[in-house]
Amino acid sequence: MNISEFKRRIKPTLNEIGFTLKRIKKSPLSIVGLAIIIFYAAVALLAPVIAPPLGPDPYLMPHWGAGKWDPIPKPPSAEHLFGTTSYQYDIFYGCIWGTRTAFRIGFEVVVVALIIGLMLGSVAGYYGGIIDEVLMRFTDIIYAFPGLVLAMALVIALGRGLDNVLLALVLVGWPTYARVIRGEVMKVKGEDYVEAAKAIGCSDLRVLVKHIIPNAIYPIIIMASLDMGAIVLTAAALSFLGLGSGAGYSDWGQLVANSRDYITGTYGNMFAYWHAFTIPSMFIFTFVLGWNLLGDAFRDILDPTIRRK
Amino acid sequence: MGGMRTFIIRRLLLLIPTLIGVSLLIFAVSQAFTPEQRAAAYIRGEPKQPDVIPNIIKKYHLNDTFYMQYYYWMSRLLQGDLGISTWAHIPVATAILQGIPASFELVMLSIPITIILGIYLGVLSAVHRDTIIDHATRFLAIIGWSLPTFWLALMLISVFYGQLGWIGTGRLSAAAETFATSGSFIRYTGVYTFDGILNGQLWITIDALKHLILPAITLTIIQIALIIRVMRSSMLEALSKGYTILARAKGLSINEVVNKHARRNALIPVVTLSGLLAAGMLTGVVITETCFNYKGLGYFAAHAAMQLDIPGILGFAMFTGIVFVIANLVVDVLYAFVDPRIRLG
Repeated sequence: MNISEFKRRIKPTLNEIGFTLKRIKKSPLSIVGLAIIIFYAAVALLAPVIAPPLGPDPYLMPHWGAGKWDPIPKPPSAEHLFGTTSYQYDIFYGCIWGTRTAFRIGFEVVVVALIIGLMLGSVAGYYGGIIDEVLMRFTDIIYAFPGLVLAMALVIALGRGLDNVLLALVLVGWPTYARVIRGEVMKVKGEDYVEAAKAIGCSDLRVLVKHIIPNAIYPIIIMASLDMGAIVLTAAALSFLGLGSGAGYSDWGQLVANSRDYITGTYGNMFAYWHAFTIPSMFIFTFVLGWNLLGDAFRDILDPTIRRK
Repeated sequence: MGGMRTFIIRRLLLLIPTLIGVSLLIFAVSQAFTPEQRAAAYIRGEPKQPDVIPNIIKKYHLNDTFYMQYYYWMSRLLQGDLGISTWAHIPVATAILQGIPASFELVMLSIPITIILGIYLGVLSAVHRDTIIDHATRFLAIIGWSLPTFWLALMLISVFYGQLGWIGTGRLSAAAETFATSGSFIRYTGVYTFDGILNGQLWITIDALKHLILPAITLTIIQIALIIRVMRSSMLEALSKGYTILARAKGLSINEVVNKHARRNALIPVVTLSGLLAAGMLTGVVITETCFNYKGLGYFAAHAAMQLDIPGILGFAMFTGIVFVIANLVVDVLYAFVDPRIRLG
């Protein structure tokens, strides 16, 4: 392929990207969302610069000195910018490195759940029959539980810890993707262009990968963006219940859970330890807000059926 | 209504395989534990002789093959035996039954607020599309959707209970609690707002209601976005339909068209959401009740999780699974009721 041929082929794609950018510019909420996510991506990338690690494992919050077993959270000071939690973990350090944990939780769960859902859902939607029946009955069962409750039970069974939280969230999350993809594939597979591809002798795999999936994938891209936020919230709730990463690991939910016994303040001054739960909570909130704003905008912008209306 | 009856019967029959599946899943999760760990669910009282655990494993068939274990587990389950909570030291079934009235009270207060307010705001947003009202409503909804439940609950507690010294956390204040647990107060239902009226003690009802306000607000703020979002888009669709345009062309006022033509039709998709809303509420009570020290189902589940109480968590998961499956059945029937295309199609 020479250069001009390549230019000719890439032009429609570039046009579409340009149109997407134009739409994003017109929607102020999506710009706010995008800005928040870019900000957090920068924080995650620059974590070693913003909060230089002091121990061998950068994800462990610094925790030493004479007073390290002091259970009372300390307010912000020059030494601890955001104050400390129970047992004197530095909140600033935990929040900065916790950004990486949040991205890791969101991306790993969404990507793995999406891949599993995409494979099983498209096969079930395309072939139908017994595979479809088994998949649908199985998703019915997973759907019979509110996500957090099933995740709680799974984490208890798998054992506490961040990796098991991720595994539990994938197990709870993939059926939703599988179901949506299945529905989309069933809608698309009757289209004329699919029939045409089959008629000229394309293999099942080629029809599925080249013709059906690209036309069925938009709804789950939007879902994935909204899910990034929802998953980080669920993981934070699990951490709050003491089922997340071990004590001292940089994770926003874990930071709140750390001071759980002190969150109601002292008698007469309920705001005595407000920083210990509010600062990490604000990190969770803005991160989730960013993904939700972005997902909401994607809904209008990416869906080919409504994007030019 | 013959079509309706067959629809309900068909739907009830479909319930059976789903419930068996739910129980199989919970049982499969329980298999992640060793027989010794699972035996802890059947230890009654404190005395721990060395042969207690092997005896229990034998008595409850915890070392048999998978399907035999499932058979014994299921027959105990059908008798209401979910084991003993290692955290609360009472049978899990009892703990769940004790928690139901409190959570019922809370959820039944916040669901109507969420639905009515959500529908109102959704319609408002759609009618004033792309104006400041629309943007503000959507933005507030997204904020509620993105807030960690525990932070919202803790902030409300700090401000209203702490700084303003309004009341304390829990289901009742100390004086009311003492009275409500004394012999002169008959607990007909366990739902304090009802029991207060039934006993002729209105102050108990008022006290219980006061303690319900903030937890109910927490649940509402977290859940309302769901209703607003769907109501808005379904209202936008209804407003662009031929019959609304015709109604306007006939000379009906905007209010009349919005209230009588568009809104009624736009309500249908919201009915399907009630299932999701029920799930959200069941999840929401876990964190909300824990923060508000409100001793219901969610409080039990959260403490069972914190204490790694295996029978407690599995029992709670089983219970929510059953409730949720039944809630979805009710939603489907309601949906068929409001939309004839479903039951006849």
